[in-house]
Amino acid sequence: MKQLPGLAAEERKAAGAAVNRVKAAIEQALAEKTAATGSSDGDASRADLTMPARRRWKGGRHPVTVVIEEIEDIFRELGFTIALGPEAETEWYNFGALNFPSDHPAMDAHDTLYLSDEVLLRTHTSPVQVRTLQTYAPPIRILAPGNVYRRDFFDASHAPMFAQLEGFSVDEGISFVDLKATLTHFANKFFGKTRTRFRPSFFPFTEPSAEMDVECRLCHGAGCAACKNTGWMEILGSGMVHPNVLTEVGVDAEKYTGWAFGMGPGRIAMLRYGLPDIRLLYDSDMRFLEQLAQ
Amino acid sequence: MNASFKWLQDFVDIDLSPLELRDVLTMRCATVDDVVVLRKDLSDIVVARVVEVERHPNSDHLWVTKVDAGAGVLHDVVCGAPNVVAGAAYPFAAVGAVLPGGLTIEKRKIRGAVSEGMLCSARELGLGTDHEGILALDTSAEPGTRFLDVMPVGDTRFEIDVLPNRADLLSHEGLAREIAAATGKQLHRPQHPPAVLTRAAKSPVPPAVEVIVEDTEGAPRYVTAIIAGVTVGPSPEWLAARVEAIGSRSISNVVDVTNYMLHGFGQPMHAFDLSRIKGGKVIVRRARNGERIVTLDGVDRTLDDTMTVIADAESAQAIAGVIGGKGSEVDEGTTDILLEAAAFDPRRIRATRRKLGVSTDASYRFERGVDEASIPDLLDYAVELITRVAGGARVGEPTDAHRPLPPASAIRLRPSRVARVLGEEISIPDIERHLTSIEFVVSRDGAELLVTPPSFRRDTTGEIEIIEEVARLHGYERFSSEIRPFRPGTVPDAPLELVSRKVRAECIAAGLLETRPMPFVRNGPDSLRVRNPLAEDEAYLRSSLLDSLARRAEHNFAHMQRNIRLFEIGSVFIADRTAETGAPDERIHVAALISGDRRPPHFTEPHPPHYDQWDAKGIAESVAAAAWPRASITLAPSVGEMLWIISADGKAVGNVSRIEVDAPVWANPLFGVELDLEAIAGVVSQAARYKPVPTMPSIEVDLALVVPDEIASAQVAEVIRNAAGELLETLAVFDEYRGEGVPVGSRSLAWRLTFRHPERTLRDREIQGRTGKILSTLEAALGIRQRTS
Repeated sequence: MKQLPGLAAEERKAAGAAVNRVKAAIEQALAEKTAATGSSDGDASRADLTMPARRRWKGGRHPVTVVIEEIEDIFRELGFTIALGPEAETEWYNFGALNFPSDHPAMDAHDTLYLSDEVLLRTHTSPVQVRTLQTYAPPIRILAPGNVYRRDFFDASHAPMFAQLEGFSVDEGISFVDLKATLTHFANKFFGKTRTRFRPSFFPFTEPSAEMDVECRLCHGAGCAACKNTGWMEILGSGMVHPNVLTEVGVDAEKYTGWAFGMGPGRIAMLRYGLPDIRLLYDSDMRFLEQLAQ
Repeated sequence: MNASFKWLQDFVDIDLSPLELRDVLTMRCATVDDVVVLRKDLSDIVVARVVEVERHPNSDHLWVTKVDAGAGVLHDVVCGAPNVVAGAAYPFAAVGAVLPGGLTIEKRKIRGAVSEGMLCSARELGLGTDHEGILALDTSAEPGTRFLDVMPVGDTRFEIDVLPNRADLLSHEGLAREIAAATGKQLHRPQHPPAVLTRAAKSPVPPAVEVIVEDTEGAPRYVTAIIAGVTVGPSPEWLAARVEAIGSRSISNVVDVTNYMLHGFGQPMHAFDLSRIKGGKVIVRRARNGERIVTLDGVDRTLDDTMTVIADAESAQAIAGVIGGKGSEVDEGTTDILLEAAAFDPRRIRATRRKLGVSTDASYRFERGVDEASIPDLLDYAVELITRVAGGARVGEPTDAHRPLPPASAIRLRPSRVARVLGEEISIPDIERHLTSIEFVVSRDGAELLVTPPSFRRDTTGEIEIIEEVARLHGYERFSSEIRPFRPGTVPDAPLELVSRKVRAECIAAGLLETRPMPFVRNGPDSLRVRNPLAEDEAYLRSSLLDSLARRAEHNFAHMQRNIRLFEIGSVFIADRTAETGAPDERIHVAALISGDRRPPHFTEPHPPHYDQWDAKGIAESVAAAAWPRASITLAPSVGEMLWIISADGKAVGNVSRIEVDAPVWANPLFGVELDLEAIAGVVSQAARYKPVPTMPSIEVDLALVVPDEIASAQVAEVIRNAAGELLETLAVFDEYRGEGVPVGSRSLAWRLTFRHPERTLRDREIQGRTGKILSTLEAALGIRQRTS
């Protein structure tokens, strides 16, 4: 067949037809031979096509990572980048620089695991705010995902280590309206069109502080056991960066304002996937991960 | 903080339903976690009026009555109570109503007379033990009115999450102040029913007591009063109902008043039995090291000199601000009391209750700070209440020891700053209105305002705190949520985050599942101990991710899961003895752990091969290449459980190892890979450059070489590469064979060499020449020959 182009036009036509006849005969003989030997390999028409496919192991991200990356994607559209910080922090980064009064009931929610007199396992991702302010000048728009630690016993709803995701924006003219607008936008993107509400809260490093709720994912606001009949579910804590935090790291708090929020991707994953027990997220059971990792 | 709806109504007129009130509180000051309707089991009971009473024709102790329960119908009701009287009102359960305890009322015949409901006794309604007769109601309510609406037994309890800065909200008065502000009502003091006991002191006037405050630091204000001649007994119904509505137990009239003051006004008080205070002295002092006291909960506690106590001339009678002592407890025999109202140092209280492990409603409030200014007034109020509910009379003047009260200083508030922080302008009159509604004093100073917070709002220390008050009273919901223009941030993505993403993608492509386990381990080399661990067997931070993954593998084995393919990207902590602060060397690692089937079983392959070291080596190579795309990655064989040391550009970055775990017999071998993603500073990957796809044909040559075991395949490959020259495109081992035809101590390695010239077709002869040269070099350099059989 390879020699065909070398022949003259008429010869080529005749030779071509002859070659094709030979080719067809060979193919038919082969097909008969295959049928006779019963081999199904490569012959789909003869196989039991209801037999299962050949699969391969599928890898996937942990459900908490999936949630974190989805949140990151939404904020990236709004000009945010990703910042990281260490999990073993100094007391100053974790508390002092964030306007925590020492030995105050505000610390009750931050029962801390200590590594030495000065070093602790960070109780929130907020130290990344301080580290970022020390390194970069505004405008700052960052997200800081990471693990945080609390001295809580491991049970169905508490874990001594869990993921948190911090958002932080500092620039001239950043206001409470920006905070509300950005987080409302996030809620609508992440949960689908939803009602939100902001209510007063308290964090030493923000003032004013606000908690954001979204309509309960289960009852859509009608009230159910999951939302204690309020119709709302708490999603994140937020607030305007306290001027003391900016001043502590030498940023002009008159010129610059900012907002910050923190949320728990683990809690959101539990809500989304209907997990009854937080320990499922840590067990690393292959059957759990096969179901939910993606 | 638990609050009662009715108690709040004592302080402010509330036109809202409990659920509406919940939303007002949540949106304005403190989140209501739960709303509990008390005595819901009485919601079927109505007020009914008996209009006619006749003897039951077939019984000498039963009555047949006609009952008006509203709706214009009279019910025939058979009743056995001796006290049933025509014209009186009683609680009534109609047919279909459910009584407390679950009994459903049915229409039935009692000795031949039809009965369509039940007139109830106090006991049947769970309101006491009185079963002597039905409960006569002192009410003018219309028949048919819900029993709960007219009688004081029903209430709604709010469980409120009060923020740590809002000590003022830890009382009904404080919450009512916010409700008044939010609904435009006035806050007022409760109107109590008239005194129930007015008996004069029956004991002689008690001896005077000297109050000495030695520890003025621990007790900035200490106020006392003496009441003589009280009769300790049950509280009147209204007082018991208040105390019980918030979930406390009614104890006695005197003790209930102290609790009433605590929950009503946020001021804990303590009543001592004066007869048990020895030596005529009350001394507020530091505890002595080792000093002991049996507290009200019956526990014998040992104190130290960081704690403040209230003592008599002999011993400690109370742990200041935390818990009273058993020795001076008020009981039925008490006639004279010393009532204490104080402010204790919040830090001291916090430290003491932590040390003693006892937290009380009192310590909770002292820790957050009480309003020092209002203490004498509240003590007066409490004395008045006690004499009303327990009789007796005040004796002498109250004592009051206090430091100078912190001055009320004005805070400058710039309306322009309010607008800048909140993003919307709020008019000066609105700001003034909001702040004065919660008792802040506002005056104008040009375009700015001077704001003086009330004494109970020590949390508002600066302009920004005042702005928060304005924002929340204005209502967060009133602010716009339109996105406004913004400048993108200047902070680049953390390089480690970018590396992690690529590494994660590579692990997933290898079929691995991500896990995020706890980083605590039992112990390990270079492991760092947590000072205050939750459990001894998890007291250390891991220095290797594989340590965590190995435990996760064991968890899976315990659940009969044989096929394991996990990876993690996370922090490890290595004790760093050189760090002054004690900070560990913390690094982000990636690790993978595999065991079991390499592929899911299929009918064409019922028993897939198991993961082995070559899979682990492959994962190591590809993950390292993803992390450091421009570095040269090498895996050097190692010894023992450690299979290979991974290097990038010559620097050790990780390893591949066999993993030993507590595994059942059916488990397959485990292999682990771990890389330190911070070992090499962020190598920025550059886009690859295109190399023209070859257009010339290649020639393949297969060589089977007998290689002694002591010669590594890498050595052979190096010799082949050097001898083959630049025309060798690829070199690969495609088979290893031991057995017949190959001498013991050697194996046959089959190599495939692919030769290509970029610009012309290679001639066979050329390649035969090269192959000959390769074989002779192999023999000369390594003594290796071609396999002949």
